[in-house]
Amino acid sequence: MKKITFLTMVALISAFIFTSCVKDLNVEPIDPNVNTLNNVFKDQAAYKKALAKLYASYAISGQTGGGGGSPDIQGIDENFGNYLRQYWGLQELSTDEAIIAWDDATIKDFHWQTWAPNDVFLTALYSRIFYTITISNEFIRNVNEKIGSASGTFLADLKAFKAEARFLRALSYWHAIDMYGNTPFVTEVDKPGAFFPKRITRPELFSYIEKELKEIENELVAPKQNEYARADRGAAWFLLAKLYLNAKVYTGTERYTDALTYINKVISGGYTLDNSYLRLFSADNNLSPEIIFPIAFDGQNTQQYGGMTFLLHASNGGGMPLYGIDGGWGGIRTIKDFVAKFNVKESDFANTTQYTPSDKRGMFFFDKSSWQWEITNVGTFTHGIGVTKFRNVTSTGATAPNAHPTFVSADFPLFRLGDAYLMYAEAVLRGGSGGSIATAVNYINALRQRAYGNASGNIQQSDLTLNFILDERARELYWEGHRRTDLVRFGQFTNGTYVWEWKGKVKNGIQTSAFRDLYPIPINDLNANPNLVQNPGY
Amino acid sequence: MTKPNHVNLLVNYCSKIIDPIGLTSSSNRILSTKIIRQDSFKIAKSFLFVLFFLMMQTGSLVFAQELEIRGKVISADDRTELIGANVLEKGTTNGTATDVKGEFRLKVKPGAILVISYVGYLREEVQISNQTYLNISLKVDVTQLRDVLVVGIGYGEVKKSDATGSVTAISAKDFSKGTITSPQELLIGKAPGVIANTLGGAAGAGTKIRIRGGSSIQGNNDPLIVVDNIPLESAGISGMANPLTSLNPNDIESITILKDASATAIYGSRASNGVIIVKTKRAMLLEKDLVVAKLLINYSGNFSLATPAKMLSVFTGDEFRSLIADRVANYGLTNAASTRLGNANTDWQKEIYQTSPTTEHNLTFNHAIASVPYRLSLGYLYQGGILKYNTIDRKNLSFAMTPSLLNGDLTLDVSASASLISNNFSNNDAIWSAVEFDPTQPIKNGNTRFGGYTAWTEISANDKLNGTPNNIATHNPVARLQFRENTSEAQRYLLGAKLDYKIPFISNLKATLNLGYDYYNTDGRDRTNTLASWSYREPERQLVAYNQTKTNSLLDFYLNYKLDWGVNKFDLTGGYSYQHFYNEGMNSNTSWIFQSPKITPYKNEYFLISFFGRMNYTLLDRYLLTVTVREDGSSRFSEDNRWGLFPAVAFAWKLTEEPIIGKSDFLNELKLRVSWGKAGQQDVGGNYYPYIPTYTASTAGAYYQFGDTFYPTLRPDAYDANLKWETVTSINAGLDFTILNKRISGTFDIYKNTSDDLLNNIPIPVGSNFSNFLLTNVGSMENKGFEVGLNVTPILESDYSWELGVNLTYNENKITKLTLVDDPAYTGVNTGGISGGVGNNVQKFIVGMPARIFFLFNQVYGTNGKPIEGLYVDKSGKGGNVAGNELNKYYFESPDPDYLIGVSSKVNYKEFDLSFSGRISLGNYVYNNNASNRALYQQVYNQSGFLSNILTDVRKTDFMTAQYWSSFYLENASYFKLDYISLGYNFTSLFGNNTSGRIGLSVQNVFTITKYTGLDPEVDNGIDNNIYPRPRTFMLSISLNY
Repeated sequence: MKKITFLTMVALISAFIFTSCVKDLNVEPIDPNVNTLNNVFKDQAAYKKALAKLYASYAISGQTGGGGGSPDIQGIDENFGNYLRQYWGLQELSTDEAIIAWDDATIKDFHWQTWAPNDVFLTALYSRIFYTITISNEFIRNVNEKIGSASGTFLADLKAFKAEARFLRALSYWHAIDMYGNTPFVTEVDKPGAFFPKRITRPELFSYIEKELKEIENELVAPKQNEYARADRGAAWFLLAKLYLNAKVYTGTERYTDALTYINKVISGGYTLDNSYLRLFSADNNLSPEIIFPIAFDGQNTQQYGGMTFLLHASNGGGMPLYGIDGGWGGIRTIKDFVAKFNVKESDFANTTQYTPSDKRGMFFFDKSSWQWEITNVGTFTHGIGVTKFRNVTSTGATAPNAHPTFVSADFPLFRLGDAYLMYAEAVLRGGSGGSIATAVNYINALRQRAYGNASGNIQQSDLTLNFILDERARELYWEGHRRTDLVRFGQFTNGTYVWEWKGKVKNGIQTSAFRDLYPIPINDLNANPNLVQNPGY
Repeated sequence: MTKPNHVNLLVNYCSKIIDPIGLTSSSNRILSTKIIRQDSFKIAKSFLFVLFFLMMQTGSLVFAQELEIRGKVISADDRTELIGANVLEKGTTNGTATDVKGEFRLKVKPGAILVISYVGYLREEVQISNQTYLNISLKVDVTQLRDVLVVGIGYGEVKKSDATGSVTAISAKDFSKGTITSPQELLIGKAPGVIANTLGGAAGAGTKIRIRGGSSIQGNNDPLIVVDNIPLESAGISGMANPLTSLNPNDIESITILKDASATAIYGSRASNGVIIVKTKRAMLLEKDLVVAKLLINYSGNFSLATPAKMLSVFTGDEFRSLIADRVANYGLTNAASTRLGNANTDWQKEIYQTSPTTEHNLTFNHAIASVPYRLSLGYLYQGGILKYNTIDRKNLSFAMTPSLLNGDLTLDVSASASLISNNFSNNDAIWSAVEFDPTQPIKNGNTRFGGYTAWTEISANDKLNGTPNNIATHNPVARLQFRENTSEAQRYLLGAKLDYKIPFISNLKATLNLGYDYYNTDGRDRTNTLASWSYREPERQLVAYNQTKTNSLLDFYLNYKLDWGVNKFDLTGGYSYQHFYNEGMNSNTSWIFQSPKITPYKNEYFLISFFGRMNYTLLDRYLLTVTVREDGSSRFSEDNRWGLFPAVAFAWKLTEEPIIGKSDFLNELKLRVSWGKAGQQDVGGNYYPYIPTYTASTAGAYYQFGDTFYPTLRPDAYDANLKWETVTSINAGLDFTILNKRISGTFDIYKNTSDDLLNNIPIPVGSNFSNFLLTNVGSMENKGFEVGLNVTPILESDYSWELGVNLTYNENKITKLTLVDDPAYTGVNTGGISGGVGNNVQKFIVGMPARIFFLFNQVYGTNGKPIEGLYVDKSGKGGNVAGNELNKYYFESPDPDYLIGVSSKVNYKEFDLSFSGRISLGNYVYNNNASNRALYQQVYNQSGFLSNILTDVRKTDFMTAQYWSSFYLENASYFKLDYISLGYNFTSLFGNNTSGRIGLSVQNVFTITKYTGLDPEVDNGIDNNIYPRPRTFMLSISLNY
């Protein structure tokens, strides 16, 4: 009897301990920085923070300041896996505007136009594009769940947030259609999990972006009415205009008239040319009336070794002036074929290291005692010509707001009015209706007058040719992340009519294959997603 | 040595240096469960200090002694001397133990009775009349197996001879007597199937252990470590080079390695990489008749000096000046380079390394109070690294007591240990800086900005001494050491209590409650001086502070029931285990300029709950069957995938117990084993909630601007709702034998481990989740191989013996699946990141090949035998730029050795002992990243105005620019290393009193024979870069027993 009592007791106690403890396996995060999806949006303020992540996705690549610790994407160093850094690299390093000296993986393949589908940088940008799209979808889903029960200013906020999220998703899809062509396609309907996103062709994706932007046109805040760095209607118009201008490349069908419609909306949106060209690229460019949509950086609050910090440091070295940074990394510079567009020659630097051509947009550095004009070794930073366009001081040379010697406070001017003027001229010249050649010339001259400081650089109607526009875009917009798209649209990215130093991995440059107008689908995704098809040629 | 079997060696080793009264070696405790006297048990609350004082008092007791007796104790069985046999004057605490020759001397009262005892033998009592020399032979106690080495198998112990799984046990006597700061080092070269490599030569550096190759590709491959029944958390702790550093190797009694799944399955979900069971020493138990034990004090200490064994070969100042002159004159290097040269001849490597002293002291007290045996050990270690300022300072205190209550029905095993560790990590950046810094520059150049230490300044700065420092230049190695303070203080407390209760009314039923608590705390800081030239580069890292607290709480409850039913014997164990892991801490970064620190706090936890059962069935003492089942629940997986079932079956056949075979002088023992089992892996690294959709907030510095406000951001994290266990299925067949009068014993195992549902961090389709990579269950891998372990005693004379141990491991690793969809075109996952550029990889995970196979271009050589820069075999036949096409890369070799052979030898001649141990590794390949990255002419001068020294290896290639993927840099790094050699002298009396001891001289890392051209062929994962050189250590050690 005693035996049985004892065993019963043991059994009961055991049963109690075991069952209560098994419940411990249901955990909730206890980390102060981690919250569950179920709880996080109980706080209304969380929506704006989640929206901030969508914007921040273009500027920094993780959740820890200074680029250390909590990266969004993997397979690449966190400071390399930065959206702007890779976007800039793919748009600029592959062209005549920039060349890089470093040994990082296959980075030199861009200028040589020899990249392969397993390229780590191509993969990084592709991953960042779709990362941004995926978190935008998540945001839109979360807003949709809440929007029915919201009211008042909160409801108005949610509506604006959602429109902005759709804009940012469209922006990333535009990068996808421009660089990778036929890509995976996911919207807020596709919940996260393990599935194979379906493939979308370039023309289908074009229609989707067009439809999205048109749908949100009136949901977005009116031009210049939103908080700084948030997208407004002007940004959506500008993106639509970009899309239409390149429609021939994306779909085979010209849409120049549509382009003009939206360029006109942008131009009449209240933006004005900045009196100071330099301010557009300085630490006070957040005050510029010309910028339509920036990627915002801050020395104290938005820090990373990618982004603007990368752009300024990587392009500095060899005795170049520092303009607010603490030293250069000696990587990126430009080549003789590019400075020739400003009629700048080696002899101009006989008595100076910073020769200013009459077109003051040309901001170059060359030290004849230690630099070499012609690039005989791509790996040597001082072969080529330094570029001093971006600065971590204000346009007057004063210390940047929230200055930091390493992390740069200047914002990246993604969309600006100057570009809209050039797009206007191009759309008119390419036969779009809704504009005039005369106005186009005026717009171009407005830019050139600012560049020369007087009318000496003004052009006549007869000067306005497509080739002139391509060169003028280079002069006005160099290093702003447009060059590859422009060269492709003008048919000069790969073909032999225009070659530059080291294009095709040849000193004097050679023609490359036309299939390289489009980047390949990265091998990682091609392997992971059976729905995808590699772009031709790769 | 007298007996080649394990227990005797262990006993001999332990007791030859002690002088117990009725105390035997610790292993005796396990054998004689009833030895403990039934006595009242009163434990003082502040037992530690009270006991300490009592002990000191008892120790000072002096006994009147009148007659000195000398004698010798031998085995009646084979006439060999018994070392460490106990000799006791009956009814007193007066006694001694026999020395290495089996002899003893003891002063007793006339008419006393001497009690002589030895493990495994019957006690003998001798009445002293007028003899002065006694010849005593002890008869074997047939009721006790002589060759019992008891091994821990998790939630219980078995005799080694009854083990059915693949188990290797290493006891204290097998440990090398070198400067061993971590228990893991005790394993190096000692056990078949186990690869243990130290990770560099820093003081307190970690050791990487792989059992049978490791079962995971990207998951954790560390074996589970169980210390005194407490499974430890596998992840490390910040600020401590190695989590096991906190244990004092001197306190370790034995290490058991469980290798096949049948042995490890009892630990279920954490056992896929094997289990290492560490048992610390306990007090030796009292003999039956004793009331008071004599206090035994053991002291051991050593002093050693470590010197750098090898440094990288770089150009001297003079050589570098001529090199630059030649590059300028003949190779188009800009003349600016010559203008930056200095006039000095500085050997930077010499400036940062030193000969460093290490000293260690251990004091152990063994005693019993009120019949409760206890052991107290105090340890102090100061170890200096060869890199200046690198030190570790460790204080250990450990206490264990084993009281018995309720007429022996309840036994307790209580232990507590504390470690206080101070680390000075110095600045490892100095190692590379010393290789690269221009040898023509002086250490100090008279500047005022950088504390006088020569620093490269921006070329645009006119002031070469005090100008803006060049961010990308190499920084002064001496300043690197001087201007950075990287230290940490860590504490660890490990508390354990095990209660064994013999349940009344049911014979042979025992309940065990095991409680454990492991607590770590670290406080660290890493400060860069304002004078440091390099701190401008990463200002956020100027003032770093961190702290971390980790706890691990354990509750095990299990029942054990033994049933003998005719020729059948059953031993059943079943129980429950609950474990909670908690981790909390913060990292803080501050820059000098902006004084508000950026603080990143973190906090997380996980739980493991398990039910387990094991049946050992023995038929006719010769057929042994073990069936194990464990059901594990982990909080890391969703409710649907949370539980994993890990079964195992093992069968052993003791052939020598078969009447028709029987034991003979030739064949002493023969056992065959076969087993099958599954084990799992739930360790998903730092991710505690991988299945829950979570949002992570950004910390300061990662805010985004809207208007004039900077907002923290909220990020959805990638998750896999279906994540589950990684499983390893293992089959094993083995053979244990002892032959030739126990002069040769050995073991042979052949195995195959198949890992499925590998926890793999793989690229996922973009758009499907919140990242481009996700930890998910995909892929399979196979490890197969064999292991041989042999222990031979070629010579066994009364004052001359030689023991030799050899073990051999062969392992073959192959990835059999990597993707969800089988795709032959899948090009694998890049791995093996190297120094030089970013994102450069030289290895692959690919189906059909071993993990981390090297993937490189095949170098073409010129007629002079030198590699031709940039010229590779055109594998694809497409021509053009061969190096521009991945299709031209070849799969070369794997970084893991095919064969690993460990050799150890020990010779005893009279009072002297000489031992060594070494390792042979065959077929391990190393990519010489030091050479590929630092033996290039292009690097001598950087456009931003600084010079860099390069490796003299450049003469072998004459390469101008980096050729990272050249097969030239892949080398066969097979090696023989003599890890350790030691010479000792043993004495039984010192200055006439009965203090015994040993004085030893030893050398560690004696020499390495290899064709590998780099610093050291022992390289983690096969990529040789920035390794802290392993020092050569010379040591003088002493141990004293009173």
